[in-house]
Amino acid sequence: MSVVAVPERAARPEPRARGRRVPVVSIGIIAVFVLIALLAPLLSPGDPYEQSLRLRFRPPVWEERGSWAHPLGTDRLGRDMLTRIIWGSRVSLAVGALAVLLAGAVGATIGLVAGYYGGRVDAALMRVTDATLSFPVILLALILAVTVGPSFTNVVIAIAVILWARYARVIRGQVLTLMTLDFIAQARIAGAGAWRIITRHLLPNTLNTLVVLVTLQVGYVIIVEASLSFLGAGIPPPTPAWGSMIAEGRDVVTSAWWVSFLPGLAILLVVLAFNLLGDWLRDTLDPKLRQL
Amino acid sequence: MTLLDGRDAPRLPSRALLEVTNLTKHFVVRRGALGWSTGLVRAVDSVSFEIPAGSTLGLVGESGCGKTTTSKLILALEKPTAGSIRFEGRDVSTLGGEGERAYRRSVQAVFQDPFASLDPRMRVGTIVAEPLVINADLDAAGRRRRVAELLDLVGLPERAATLYPHEFSGGQRQRIAIARALALSPKLVVLDEPVSALDVSIRAQILNLLADLQQRLRVSYLFIAHDLAAVAHMSRTIAVMYLGKIVEVGDADAVALAPKHPYTKALFAAALPIDFDRPPDEVTLSGEVPSPLAPPGGCRFHPRCPFAMPHCATQEPVLRPESGRLVACHLY
Amino acid sequence: MSAVIDVRDLRTHIVTRWGTIKAVDGVSFALGEAETLGLVGESGSGKSMTCLSIVRLVPRPAARIVGGAVLLDGNDLLKKTDDEMQRIRGRTVAMILQDPMSSLNPVFSIGMQMREPLTMYHGLRGRAVLARAAELLASVSIPSPAARLRAFPHQLSGGMRQRVVGAMAIAGPPRLLIADEPTTSLDLTIQAQYLGLLKELQQRHRFAMIFVTHNLGIVARTCDRVAVMYAGRIVEIGPVRRIFAQPAHPYTRALLESIPRFGARRERLAAIAGQPPDLATLAAGCAFAPRCPAAFERCVEAPPETEVVPGHATRCWLHVLP
Repeated sequence: MSVVAVPERAARPEPRARGRRVPVVSIGIIAVFVLIALLAPLLSPGDPYEQSLRLRFRPPVWEERGSWAHPLGTDRLGRDMLTRIIWGSRVSLAVGALAVLLAGAVGATIGLVAGYYGGRVDAALMRVTDATLSFPVILLALILAVTVGPSFTNVVIAIAVILWARYARVIRGQVLTLMTLDFIAQARIAGAGAWRIITRHLLPNTLNTLVVLVTLQVGYVIIVEASLSFLGAGIPPPTPAWGSMIAEGRDVVTSAWWVSFLPGLAILLVVLAFNLLGDWLRDTLDPKLRQL
Repeated sequence: MTLLDGRDAPRLPSRALLEVTNLTKHFVVRRGALGWSTGLVRAVDSVSFEIPAGSTLGLVGESGCGKTTTSKLILALEKPTAGSIRFEGRDVSTLGGEGERAYRRSVQAVFQDPFASLDPRMRVGTIVAEPLVINADLDAAGRRRRVAELLDLVGLPERAATLYPHEFSGGQRQRIAIARALALSPKLVVLDEPVSALDVSIRAQILNLLADLQQRLRVSYLFIAHDLAAVAHMSRTIAVMYLGKIVEVGDADAVALAPKHPYTKALFAAALPIDFDRPPDEVTLSGEVPSPLAPPGGCRFHPRCPFAMPHCATQEPVLRPESGRLVACHLY
Repeated sequence: MSAVIDVRDLRTHIVTRWGTIKAVDGVSFALGEAETLGLVGESGSGKSMTCLSIVRLVPRPAARIVGGAVLLDGNDLLKKTDDEMQRIRGRTVAMILQDPMSSLNPVFSIGMQMREPLTMYHGLRGRAVLARAAELLASVSIPSPAARLRAFPHQLSGGMRQRVVGAMAIAGPPRLLIADEPTTSLDLTIQAQYLGLLKELQQRHRFAMIFVTHNLGIVARTCDRVAVMYAGRIVEIGPVRRIFAQPAHPYTRALLESIPRFGARRERLAAIAGQPPDLATLAAGCAFAPRCPAAFERCVEAPPETEVVPGHATRCWLHVLP
């Protein structure tokens, strides 16, 4: 039997430009904030809860009256801004990561099952998804906050409970396309059951989309959490959270601008970094998602 | 686990490997918000044929004729509405769980699109081994050996197992698909347009490979293609389908070179053989292929038939022997 | 007879991440009125890119026409401005592509789509447009043409859609019609009808036709001359009957031998070894040499086009007298 020549791995020279360049800045920003969040106890200069009414509203170091003891100034209760921003990153990133992972897992599962089985299962699951998509996140969180009381867990659940629907929709769409491809029929012909097809064939082929979606959604979740905290329905004080820190500085925006501005800047940087990273991932992994 | 080499396989009696009798598949068309049934697509309507062991049946017809549905029924991807499929004498629909699994192992498929039939995220070795993982009791080393055996059978080096599908050309991917189809030593392989998506210069390679494998392994083929010359080359028997019915079936040479049914004549005339010495049979059909939702009454072909007679519109013809093959036509 | 279309040493290059591909590498041919040239080749042969180059629709910026001339009734199309080309495309040079569903806009009715070329090129207005459109549909044997104008593409069968595309193509009427695999997606019996229609239209309007296909059977029945392309070059060109009877180039010969014929069952097909070439890693010399059963030392150099008999030329060292 003649042996057909098979391409060597390096038969073709490496392509010169591999799409857009890696977003080093975004990855750097995210890495910095993740490190800060993880090492908060080691890195922060002080105690985020320590109050000192004598040191209220100290400005950042580059203004007159500022000092290196509080490089980013202090807030209404004399707490060090730098410390609180560092500790606040824990909250934001934790909520961001947990909510998207939870929502992603649930949403992807539902999308895979709906897309695979089709028919009534699909119809039923999609009706639930549609209903969920139309529910405003903030409203649900507020309701939870009012009925059960605000807490970290409640915030994560509230966000995840609404967020999964978007994943379900997109993954289901992908699965529908995949189901038309012959290799799925081939798996059936080989005797594969639903579990094997979903986990070994469908899921790996939707992972790219999932990764992109998850990355792009982290920024959104951080903003939602900040909004909730701002409204008082999120992480309860005195836990430092960027959203509630912005709220606390609301009344003194013109005089002690740093109290609201600096946490806001932190949010901006992190969300922007995640969005840019998500864009780049999407372009590299799954160009079909360009409209998102 | 039967041995790979067909020489050692027990010689089957001349009873057919696959016997299809009055096979029928209707699809209900649902429209409207509440899904009312508004019509019936008679995709396959009382179709009967046989495939002996180690032999090839070619199935030809145009869009809407039902050949794809027939292949799905034989692959147990769809359940028939009526009729029976007997494999090695046993009715497939009466098989229990173990029997069904055995049937699946014995009937495999190779499809048209070499780019859609291999999971892009799996290595070739994993792809070819998948039927073994699901069905056979081999350990990892045993599977590796078998995969190497299969790749060698289709002319690919062992190294191919570590690569991904996108690193191969279309023809090579079809070889991989063939290797996978042979993994469980099936007795019947459904070939659904196996070379249509390949370059012309590669088609002969793959057709030769398929013929060689049939000789070595005594595997039967159901060969579906619109390239009539390829079908005539590969098949011992040809069945021609039109709107869900078989209109002519018989020895490949007889059907291809001396077709009797007017539709078969038009089909083979349109196949445009490259033979300047043969005068072209100008049997060009008028009209379009009707929709399977509303097939014409009587003989389904009569609106386009140049030889239609009055009773063709009311009486449906049955398959009758004529010149060494079966034809369903009132002319005979 | 002066040529309607005269392509001289056409060259089109495509810049990819793996290097520059010579998709069309010195293609030359000429066609007269009511003459059909079959352009045969596999993927990567350059047949589709040749057609796109003739109408200057190569996908920019990656692809560029880098040399040669395309003379339509004596005027070099490669020297025309974009505006001038726009007036020529669709009117003097028409194209029919493989997939009728993407040639027709699915959200517009047939009548609305035919309106565009008729008003743009012929200055027709109002009722005259519809009348002319119905006339064109009738000339391609579409039944009830006036009613069909209101139909949408998805309501028509594949064969019908290709006829509509054909009707739009002959609206010019064109001097050159380029048909790129127009029947590949059609059923066999519909294909036969359509080929007959194209021939009829050609006799009536006397346009030259370039018929791109990989199906030698179609070439045998519809074309007067055939050009076989491989890796961007024409390796053989000449009258159809002669080339089919006495192919000069080993590739042509191998292609003809590898195709199953009726009544030749049970014999092994003479397959061509190897794979179609990867244009990015093409070595110098004859592109077919790696797969050629008759390759010898001279083949490391690219062979020139040589005449076998007048009208039949090939690019092969076997036909170059030492």
